[in-house]
Amino acid sequence: MTEESLLLGAVAYDPKVVAIWTGFRHWLREHELPFDYVLYSNYERQVEDLVAGRIHVAWNSPLAWVRALRLAAAVGRTVRPLVMRDTDRDLTSVVVVRAESRIGRASDLDGRSVGVGAVDSPQATLIPLAHLAALGVKVEVRRFDVGVGLHGDHVGGERDAVRALLAGEVDAAVMLDGSHLTFTREGVLPRGAVRILAQTAPYDHCNMSVVDLAPADLVDRFGSLLLGMAYEDPAVRPLLDLEGLTRWMTGRTGGYHALDAAVELFGFYGPRGELVLPEYSP
Amino acid sequence: MTRHRVDLAGLGVDRGGHLLLRRALAPLPLGERLQVFGHDPALRVHLPAWCRSEGHRVESPEPDSESGLVAVVVRGEGHDGRWAGAGRAGSGRRGEVEKAPPARWGLAVRGARLEEGGPEPYFDLDDRDLVWAKVAPQLYAHAAARQWDPDTAVAWDEPFSTPPDVEAAVVQVMTYLVENEQVALVVPARFLGRVHPHFREVVQLLAVQVADEARHMEVFTRRALLRGDELGSSSVGGRASLFTLVEETDFTTSSFLLSVLGEGSFVNLLDFLVTHAPDPVTRRIAWLAMQDERRHVLFGVSHLAEQSAADPKLRGRLRASIERRSDALRDTVGLNADVFDALLLLSAGSWHPEEIEAGYARVQRLRHAMDEGRRRRLERLGFPADEAAALSALHTRNFM
Repeated sequence: MTEESLLLGAVAYDPKVVAIWTGFRHWLREHELPFDYVLYSNYERQVEDLVAGRIHVAWNSPLAWVRALRLAAAVGRTVRPLVMRDTDRDLTSVVVVRAESRIGRASDLDGRSVGVGAVDSPQATLIPLAHLAALGVKVEVRRFDVGVGLHGDHVGGERDAVRALLAGEVDAAVMLDGSHLTFTREGVLPRGAVRILAQTAPYDHCNMSVVDLAPADLVDRFGSLLLGMAYEDPAVRPLLDLEGLTRWMTGRTGGYHALDAAVELFGFYGPRGELVLPEYSP
Repeated sequence: MTRHRVDLAGLGVDRGGHLLLRRALAPLPLGERLQVFGHDPALRVHLPAWCRSEGHRVESPEPDSESGLVAVVVRGEGHDGRWAGAGRAGSGRRGEVEKAPPARWGLAVRGARLEEGGPEPYFDLDDRDLVWAKVAPQLYAHAAARQWDPDTAVAWDEPFSTPPDVEAAVVQVMTYLVENEQVALVVPARFLGRVHPHFREVVQLLAVQVADEARHMEVFTRRALLRGDELGSSSVGGRASLFTLVEETDFTTSSFLLSVLGEGSFVNLLDFLVTHAPDPVTRRIAWLAMQDERRHVLFGVSHLAEQSAADPKLRGRLRASIERRSDALRDTVGLNADVFDALLLLSAGSWHPEEIEAGYARVQRLRHAMDEGRRRRLERLGFPADEAAALSALHTRNFM
């Protein structure tokens, strides 16, 4: 059975992941795609297995994609982003300070403490810290490591950073733009309590990475089935709602430069995709 | 040039601004542009994040703090598709019901616009001909308006005195009533969750019926214990008769046996107590309960009469159910002798032979009135007079 099935890897960052991929598996098999999935506890093992051909496609975080490119290049393989969610395009991160703070510009953060998410969070750590670095600002990083290995899929680190900011334990905090909206709506960020100091340029998030070892016909069929999933269809709508998209879009590679630069800057991965950061142990 | 615009003024997307955006985007065709103005400090961050999650795209214009233009939103399909195949779960107009509402309508309000998909709960009583009566909406409204508070609707402390034996007779009759009301509560309660909610008024009516019986149990118990602390007796025959009602799983025959025949006879009994009970409290609670029971009977008769008119085979099934019940009760003695004697003494009011004889005559008239009532209701369901008389005679001697 495994011989002719397209095998997908996904990271179990939340129990709903089981519902999502079981649902997709059911739907795809109904549409005559032999399909199965395996779950990983973290992205590192998943992406290693992708490049080794143990799985054919991986539902990858942006950081996992950046590593996949490095790992693949090192062994003469290629990976490509097959599809991504409409909600994976053009995200930004923001740096916020307390409203009454005397910090008025990003440069005022020089030498101050900044609360960030987990060590491996693209949106709440790597990209915004690289953004500050590019502005020439040297900050003291205070990390909130929740769900290390999940590449920031767990929002807990962002939440903790915000709480630390409100408690006066740090001078600034960083988070995804969408998290800022969520936190204000939820009241985690009381109205008027914080001010947005800086915002990164847009970047892309997850993608469905394919390795060139994967059976091309099954991959093609998988891609066209996903792209054909219509939000109108009551059979797939609950899955799309759970996974947080209204439609799949063709994958693109242009939105990962900022993250790749951040990985380079902080030495997060080695040039061949090695895990080199001592404090990172997923 | 973009013609559409919305001004959020100082309102943020986090505090309700999304409603204005949604309202402005809704009528626009796919790909049309909407200029968004506003001066909430977080708007520039929140607007693209919101658009992303809603399936719209944002074009960032040259920042124009003078005009307050924040961004141009390009309308996407977003969540429009959620309502693509949506139909309505029937009509919202009062009392308009479908013959066979589908299972997927089960948890939606009748007449609501229904997103496709979702659970399909199975309610087995889902046939209009089986559960519905045209009079159900009016009966429910009437029932809801006539609910009474057992504590205030009865003058519990109104002074009266009854001889001890007569009081004991009242206690016995009350005990019998509570036993019967208990079953009159359990039986509709069992069907309540099986009726397709599309027949909302029937569900509501049954729910009120259950609540009615709960009150009846309360007031009859309270009267039984008003002057003492012991209840009367409960006979095997009475409980056997009630058991045949509890074990009936068919809605139609259950409704027939309980409401049309049982509660119908019960109304006569309550009427008897209204007239002949020795004290004002018993007369009052019997009157209150009688009003409710009449409604229960009316619903049972109405929906069965409609069903019988539509299905000529129904009467055969109803006849069989009476015969079956009669067979099942053949070996029991029927009404608790204590209850019969208690009714007699209660209406006599004393041990004087003439009063006892008068009481006996009254109880005989009660049985006659019960029989007459049953025959009348059976005829309403389409039974010929002679058959109605024969079937009425087969009714349980336990009254209910």
